[in-house]
Amino acid sequence: MTSSGLVVQGQPISDPDGGVKQIVNDFSIQIATVNGSGSQSANNVLLRSIFRMGVPVSSKNLFPSNIAGLPTWYTIRVSRYGWVARKADIDVLIAMNPETAREDVLSLAPGAAVIYDEPFKLNEIRSDLTYYPVPFDRLAAATGADAKVRKLVKNMVYVGVAAHLLSIDMEWVEKTVRKQFAKKVKAAELNLNAVHAGFDYAVSTLTKQDPYVIEHMNATDGKVIIDGNAAAAMGAMFAGVTVVTWYPITPSSSVVEQLIDFMKKYRIEQDGKSNFAIVQAEDELAAIGMVLGAGWAGARSMTATSGPGISLMAEFAGYGYYAEIPGVIFDIQRTGPSTGLPTRTSQADLTFIAGLSHGDTKHVMLIPGTVKECFEFGIEAFDLAEQLQTPIFVLSDLDLGMNSWMSEPFDYPEKPITRGKVLSAQQLEEVGGFARYKDVDGDAIPYRTLPGTDHPAASYFTRGSGHNEKALYTERPDDYENNMLRLARKFETARTLVPKPILEGTGRQRVGIIAFGTSHWAVLESRDQLERESQLPTDYLRIRAYPFTSEIHDFVATHERVYVVEQNRDSQMFNLLKIDLDPTQVTKLHSVRHFNGLPIDARTVTDAIAAQEGAE
Amino acid sequence: MSTTPVTPRPKTNRIGLQVLDYRGGKTTLCAGCGHNVISERITEAFFEMGIQPERVMKMSGIGCSSKSPAYFMSRSFSFNSVHGRMPSVATGALLANKTMKSIGISGDGDTASIGMGQFVHLLRRNVPMIYIIEDNGVYGLTKGQFSATADIGSKLKTGVVNDLPAIDTCALAIQMGATFVGRSFSGDKKQLSAILKAAIAHQGTVMLDVISPCVTFNDHEGSTKSYKYMQEHEESVGEIGFVPHFEEIEVEYDPNTTVNVQLHDGSSLRLRKLHEDYDPTDKIHATKMLMETHAKGEVLTGVFYIDTQKPDFTSLLNMVDEPLATLPQERTRPSREVLAEIMEAHS
Ligand SMILES: Cc1ncc(C[n+]2csc(CCOP(=O)(O)OP(=O)(O)O)c2C)c(N)n1
Ligand code: SF4
Repeated sequence: MTSSGLVVQGQPISDPDGGVKQIVNDFSIQIATVNGSGSQSANNVLLRSIFRMGVPVSSKNLFPSNIAGLPTWYTIRVSRYGWVARKADIDVLIAMNPETAREDVLSLAPGAAVIYDEPFKLNEIRSDLTYYPVPFDRLAAATGADAKVRKLVKNMVYVGVAAHLLSIDMEWVEKTVRKQFAKKVKAAELNLNAVHAGFDYAVSTLTKQDPYVIEHMNATDGKVIIDGNAAAAMGAMFAGVTVVTWYPITPSSSVVEQLIDFMKKYRIEQDGKSNFAIVQAEDELAAIGMVLGAGWAGARSMTATSGPGISLMAEFAGYGYYAEIPGVIFDIQRTGPSTGLPTRTSQADLTFIAGLSHGDTKHVMLIPGTVKECFEFGIEAFDLAEQLQTPIFVLSDLDLGMNSWMSEPFDYPEKPITRGKVLSAQQLEEVGGFARYKDVDGDAIPYRTLPGTDHPAASYFTRGSGHNEKALYTERPDDYENNMLRLARKFETARTLVPKPILEGTGRQRVGIIAFGTSHWAVLESRDQLERESQLPTDYLRIRAYPFTSEIHDFVATHERVYVVEQNRDSQMFNLLKIDLDPTQVTKLHSVRHFNGLPIDARTVTDAIAAQEGAE
Repeated sequence: MSTTPVTPRPKTNRIGLQVLDYRGGKTTLCAGCGHNVISERITEAFFEMGIQPERVMKMSGIGCSSKSPAYFMSRSFSFNSVHGRMPSVATGALLANKTMKSIGISGDGDTASIGMGQFVHLLRRNVPMIYIIEDNGVYGLTKGQFSATADIGSKLKTGVVNDLPAIDTCALAIQMGATFVGRSFSGDKKQLSAILKAAIAHQGTVMLDVISPCVTFNDHEGSTKSYKYMQEHEESVGEIGFVPHFEEIEVEYDPNTTVNVQLHDGSSLRLRKLHEDYDPTDKIHATKMLMETHAKGEVLTGVFYIDTQKPDFTSLLNMVDEPLATLPQERTRPSREVLAEIMEAHS
């Protein structure tokens, strides 16, 4: 999404008839419910109905680390400008949770609308809001749903109420419900009844008094809505993954759960057999062990985890680096340390993974910032792992992985699968054998053979302890040093192969911003705010991989001040850059951090940069 | 008849290879270490069974024992992994290429402590491989601490007495679902060879606990894993006769007789052929017998349990016949239409 053609945000537009001033397609809706109450389908219908009306949307699901009973909030941002970062202010609240209702109302932006369950009696808390009481229980009961499903159906009632109050096209709501319950006709009817019950009640009883409305646009034509974990799973499938091992952990579980669904549908051969293996391991130690075993034996192998799992994988990660074995590890980051806030987002695994394991270890990280990149890097990671013969870490996060994002449809991978330097029996015959860890081509990447290669010279001994070029055990100082220096050179080769950063702006501003991953979306919006509010034009470079490519050095070199925006306490990207940059450049870097577990929003970035720039 | 002398040709196996083709590197373990003898038996067994060395993956963890794959079958592919986590690596490797034979060498420390988590899961998955514990009751490589298979009351060289019960890896393996479980003694050439050959022919997890005295840290008075102790206490459930389908092996003595087996240190071991009617398909009986002999302070050897019916892990997963590792892109990357279909579902 580019920042061109913007108008001032949040300004009510006068109604030609002289009625309430309207704010069209630029506000946020929050639904406060109880975890486990089945509100997900209803929220999804709301999101997708607006999306299908051509209006850009994004959603953030804020859920507790709990199965049922605790408060949960789902926020939909509607933005005709296409801004999809979290918006801190809430304009429309649907209050379904008695435990939090008071607090939720108190946290609203002035002028907000509150759709609430009538018995909560929220209308006297503040006088600067618009209130819409709705007898949800009565309306749900009237749908004829039995007691068991009434709780679920109640959620669909608020979809109908919101549809009327916000002018969401009922035709699209109905189509969306039908698509969502495509295989369950009875459920579809029941849910549609509930939507209508809410809609009819609102039409007959509630008078629109707030300014928030949705109008048709055509800004979402051809786009898809998908979460990053599904996108990563798709990437892995199209990468030709054959061995998948995992151990459940939020927020990474859905990578493999969705991958299982995809693979069962699209990777079963004519005779009914799978051309893949997916194994739920006993823990993350085993998950990465299986990845390395499979990678060593020639499979495209992967696992998905988050921070606590990465902690357990440390020893094997070092092994994979030193013994030079391909494998892909998706890390869907969440807060830490330890179990931290298990269902909140962060970008705080960077420095840990960069050197994961003891001794001198360096890992390649791919850092997607969009769902499309989750797909693309999901493919690229496997090619790089085999090309570089090393574990590749893909660092997504909870915000990207588990929330729904709009995107251009993904492109079919045109580049053929790259298996890297693997010698066949025939090639071994021609070259007369090989030395497993010899730098033949000057790129520090050696050749390997796969177990089962039918040639007496094919075998070698893989070990995590000292080895020479021929993979023979050695404790000789020069052998160790040479090997370690080659591995460092291999990391330099990686620098030339990983995805390059993306530059936005003219490249001629004094102030630069560096961000990566999901911080991207807040930065996009913030650059617009900085320009409008503080007349501060900026250039922006989005990093997409580690090791850093030369463009990143150039960007810092050509700007006076560079703000590094990230979602962790310790300025981890900032610190990695400091290690990598020429010492004369380091003082140009300034840090902008956000680490409260919520996705970063534009205002946080804008205020921090404006303050440091001395702007108003 | 002419009497022209013939130069004896070196003995070759059914695929035309000599025993030399199954040799490994020169051992760096202590002279007399039980692990070396096991390597020799493995070399012979694979030679005699005529397994192509290039078709073998040698897996191991960390420890003196885990080093030993370097000392047999150099032409095989070897993965000396990290401490206790060979089972996962071996599992992954077999998922990638289920057409390979896999043999894993571990130690009692490697398996019964740090590796216990992965070990039991390997067993319950029935991963098709031979898993050998070279069991000396101590940590060799870290110089002599107790392992979890050390018997209660046994003594370290330093005089420290073990006051924790031993984990019986065989009883555990039977309970967890391994489909071929046995125990042998590194010095018992005949029994070990026979069991190994049968193991090579088995499809599923073979778990062999091979008592393998550590001459450096555990061959002293008071150790229950010493040569001397083993000679005095070993009791066999029966002579193991294995008849491969391509080569007949003669059973050398009748049931209910005894035989003296020469140990590599020169002493001999008296094996008794017990329980002629021993039924290796009865889990409960096998476990009970292990418990009983253990209570008597005896070391039972032999093959305790076999199940040839249970599907191994790779067949449970219903994978294609070819190795996953080398499937071409045409089979592993779905078509454009598939991508379009998924995109449509998300529109
Ligand atoms: C994570 C980790 N912890 C500890 C060690 C140190 N260590 C190396 S070998 C070993 C014990 C090996 O004992 P065992 O498996 O019985 O083998 P043996 O040497 O007796 O054959 C230990 C604790 C290690 N290599 N890695
Ligand atoms: S220390 Fe013990 S186990 Fe290790 S090589 Fe020597 S005799 Fe064998």
